Amino acid sequence: VSLHKPEIKLESLKEDIKDFLKTSGWEKKLQNAVYSELNVFPSPCHPAAPPEHMKEPLAYMRKAQGSWEKRILKSLNSMCTELGVPLAQKRPVSEQKELLNKWNEMGTDEPDLSLFRPVYAPKDFLEVLMNLRNPNYENGEQPSFRNHLGLIQVPLKVKDIPELKEDFSELDLNTGQLGIDDSAQVPPEFFENEHVRIGQKVLAEQDSAAAQQYVRQGCPTALRADLWALILNISNQPEDILYYEQLKSNVIQHDLLVDSLIYKDVKLTASNDDYYFVFEDYLYQVLLCFSRDTSVLEHFTYSSATPPKSYIRGKLGIEDYAVFYPPNGVIPFHGFSMYVAPLCFLYHEPSKLYQIFREMYVRFFFRLHSISSHPSGIVSLCLLFETLLQTHLPQLFYHLREIGAQPLRISFKWMVRAFSGYLATDQLLLLWDRILGYNSLEILAVLAAAVFAFRAVNLMEVTSLAAAEAVLADLSTLKVMPLLQIFLFATVT
Amino acid sequence: QLTRKNYLVKNLKRFRKQLEREAGKLEARKCDFFPKTFEMPLEYHLFVEEFRKNPGITWIMKPVGRSQGKGIFLFRKLKDIIDWKKDGVHTDDQKDETQVEVYVAQQYIENPYLIGGRKFDLRVYVLVTSYVPLKAWLYRDGFARFSNTRFTLNSIDDHYVHLTNVAVQKTAPDYDPEKGCKWMIQQLRQYLTAKHGAELVEVLFADMDNIFIKSLQSVQKVIISDKHCFELYGYDILIDQNLKPWLLEVNASPSLAASSQEDYELKCHLLKDTLHIVDMEGRLTGKEKRVGGFDLIWNDGPVSREGNLDTPLNESFRANTHLGCYNDRKKQLKQLFRSLHA
Repeated sequence: VSLHKPEIKLESLKEDIKDFLKTSGWEKKLQNAVYSELNVFPSPCHPAAPPEHMKEPLAYMRKAQGSWEKRILKSLNSMCTELGVPLAQKRPVSEQKELLNKWNEMGTDEPDLSLFRPVYAPKDFLEVLMNLRNPNYENGEQPSFRNHLGLIQVPLKVKDIPELKEDFSELDLNTGQLGIDDSAQVPPEFFENEHVRIGQKVLAEQDSAAAQQYVRQGCPTALRADLWALILNISNQPEDILYYEQLKSNVIQHDLLVDSLIYKDVKLTASNDDYYFVFEDYLYQVLLCFSRDTSVLEHFTYSSATPPKSYIRGKLGIEDYAVFYPPNGVIPFHGFSMYVAPLCFLYHEPSKLYQIFREMYVRFFFRLHSISSHPSGIVSLCLLFETLLQTHLPQLFYHLREIGAQPLRISFKWMVRAFSGYLATDQLLLLWDRILGYNSLEILAVLAAAVFAFRAVNLMEVTSLAAAEAVLADLSTLKVMPLLQIFLFATVT
Repeated sequence: QLTRKNYLVKNLKRFRKQLEREAGKLEARKCDFFPKTFEMPLEYHLFVEEFRKNPGITWIMKPVGRSQGKGIFLFRKLKDIIDWKKDGVHTDDQKDETQVEVYVAQQYIENPYLIGGRKFDLRVYVLVTSYVPLKAWLYRDGFARFSNTRFTLNSIDDHYVHLTNVAVQKTAPDYDPEKGCKWMIQQLRQYLTAKHGAELVEVLFADMDNIFIKSLQSVQKVIISDKHCFELYGYDILIDQNLKPWLLEVNASPSLAASSQEDYELKCHLLKDTLHIVDMEGRLTGKEKRVGGFDLIWNDGPVSREGNLDTPLNESFRANTHLGCYNDRKKQLKQLFRSLHA
């Protein structure tokens, strides 16, 4: 726009454009976009490697994920046949009108969902993970103290505490943290005020990379929404709003079987939560659109999962009539809506809330329910958790195992949900700050271990799985940052 | 005097006039936190005048003596209340004589702040240990009570939408007792800070402090004060979309029934701390600014966060109020009693 001036000289055009990009803020936006891609996409593989390797390099993992997907799809299809409900159908016009009117209060609808069951629950998934074996690995040893005593029996590499200390160096005892150094007893001059000032500066500069570094020490409540949007590179442009509106009209026009699963999940989980019940309507507005969003299919290039395929009625097996089902390829499971609920505390405009959730899903959450060898994948997180516990609290681990209370059986559900619904909301948001800051989910495994360490005394006294569950049933009073700090930096190893 | 709705109005109106005389219009405007209210049937004609000036707005009719949301209804047309007046004599159930029951007609706040499409009000606890001189404590915890249904002005007859009393919500058709439909004020404060920023939320809470103080000052002279009496009030506050708090009413015997574990703990702690302040064992010195979850907000004058009770206040002091802030009462009580012992 400002290049249409007579002052523009051909000789200096290259430099002028560079300057223009800088002053108009476009250079920063480009940098942010590139930074975002670097965070999300894996590094380029060997040119001869087939595309499956980008999804998941280990063959046995791919196979396991494939069988799991077959199981889920079978379950979905049989529910479909049993109930006589089609996977997808067009809504009659009257129903469309009704839904449009009720768009902002879909929670008031009380459809009969008694016959629908969640396709699977986290514990079903855990059973699958427990049975994972690497066929190339034969250690021939009798199980002993030196072997892994936990439920996960695959030899993936996980970090130990010295490595974690290095990775999470900003969480150490000498660095200020929100969640610790902003407590009522600490004068704000020590850390909080300066931290807020820096946060405002980062937002003014609109620098994604700086924001990501900044949030490792926690986000001030008032700045969190903008900081997360900056890191996830969400700017809610008119095109984005238009895209969301398009998804909304897809929801209005077609009814999907997964819609009922979503309804049921929201009613069973978020609506019963003491704090998230208020956001029920937003959850439908996000999740129903999410199911229809084909742009989510892009993440399958770097996920070990493959979207389920279904066939138009009567054309089974004919590739030309294959469609991904649901359109975004993601079948929700019990508790799925809890990924969205905490975000409602930060974002109120539906299209922005939607984009933030979608980006969080394709960056992080998908790894929590697919079988892969990625260090942030659920398998690695489980192994990391068990290894940390066995190495640093061997007595506790052995005791729990002896009474039939394998620790992973209790902590699995926390990690699959990224602790949503288990921690108090302010604590959860502080935890998710660090997930974004470190671009990794490993902190979930560290926190799970830290929780066990914190309640170790009580856990040593229990004599059954039920009693162990009871000790760990209520995490709502926990303060995550002190727990993490103590476990990583103040425990004698 | 504070808790019957008609007396509260009278006292506030009188106090406002007094403030206007003594301190000017600006100071008097600080009392504009109470929606326009008229006692019925006494002020019927004044009400009709006001009603005619603002056609189309919604009014709410509340019986002064009853609680738990009984007898309340909304209306927009004069015809509605003319019918209601004719509808037989309205008796006060508690009295045997057929006395005409007193109601108040109050302007209904049509633009309440909504969260998740739902209306809510706040319940805040204020403990008064002395009226003259005025000594008042504010409890840090409190809760926001949500209506179970989405807010809309179309359904005036739907009690359940508009009345956020838990008592009324309990009888709503989709009420789930496990849900509780309450948030602790800390959650609300966090939510509002994330949405509007810390400064606006500070202003909102400062305005609420103003409500407590001014309402108590308005009845200072009419309440029979006794050194050995104390009063625990439950204030009901409604926030509108401009983040302005409105005083709905003041309850003298706030419900101490618990609707959830969290609720039970709050009320237990509230009672415990009340008894600590009342101090029948005479352990306190009387110079404390905080006891458990209670912060002293007025001691015959504002109380500052910094310094102790005797230090004179400077220009820019920060008020000693912490509504919705972290309540580490156990720790504070431990420290307090340890220092008193010494």
